[in-house]
Amino acid sequence: MSNNNNQRPVFLNLFQIRLPVTGVASIAHRISGAILLLLVPLLLYGLQLSLRGPEDFARVTGWLDQTWVRLAAIPVVWALAHHFFAGIRFLLMDLDCGLNVDTARVSAWLVLAAGAVTALVAAGCLL
Amino acid sequence: MSIRAQGLRTWLWQRLSAAYLAAFLLFSLAGWILAGPWDYVRWRALLTDPVYAVATALFFAALLLHGWVGGRDIVMDYVPAGALRFAALTLLALAVIVMGAWAVVILLLAQVT
Repeated sequence: MSNNNNQRPVFLNLFQIRLPVTGVASIAHRISGAILLLLVPLLLYGLQLSLRGPEDFARVTGWLDQTWVRLAAIPVVWALAHHFFAGIRFLLMDLDCGLNVDTARVSAWLVLAAGAVTALVAAGCLL
Repeated sequence: MSIRAQGLRTWLWQRLSAAYLAAFLLFSLAGWILAGPWDYVRWRALLTDPVYAVATALFFAALLLHGWVGGRDIVMDYVPAGALRFAALTLLALAVIVMGAWAVVILLLAQVT
């Protein structure tokens, strides 16, 4: 890296930076991906228990009887849904589909809405 | 192979695994909902079915590959190059390897017991 790179102005006040909607969809895709990656051990633990015996299977399905688990499941559903929808948007963009700025803005709104609606439906089912 | 080509290769693997993850999740979700309710016997039968067991093994392979590429991107974007980044990438790689081995043990154990 040349020294010039260190002379560039740096502005990282997160409360004043206004991200465009495409940027929001993008950073949310990253955050939801990180959440999902951190939850893989829990998925593996649940799968292991569920296959060990009838009692342990009942234990795993019984997790969802607890209110706090149901509450915690809502953001997880959002993370999965948003990551899914935003991921399909990015895959389509890789195929040169929807690269136009206006289209990209609309699809970013749609993806954010689809994730939110899925989370709301999950909330309706779980609460 | 050059660094650029390696970056392109992980980029491609990220996309391929994404496509498989999306397809597997859609099929599984639809199947679980349509074929419910589930009890222990049926759940075990599903995961010892050779086709679904292999599909699930592939799911975990794709999931961990996808998570490794994504986690690696996040580390490289936010952790400055140096000892800290090396430590973070090593930790990520170890975690992915351990989770992969764990998934293999779970699925194999389900087939034999």
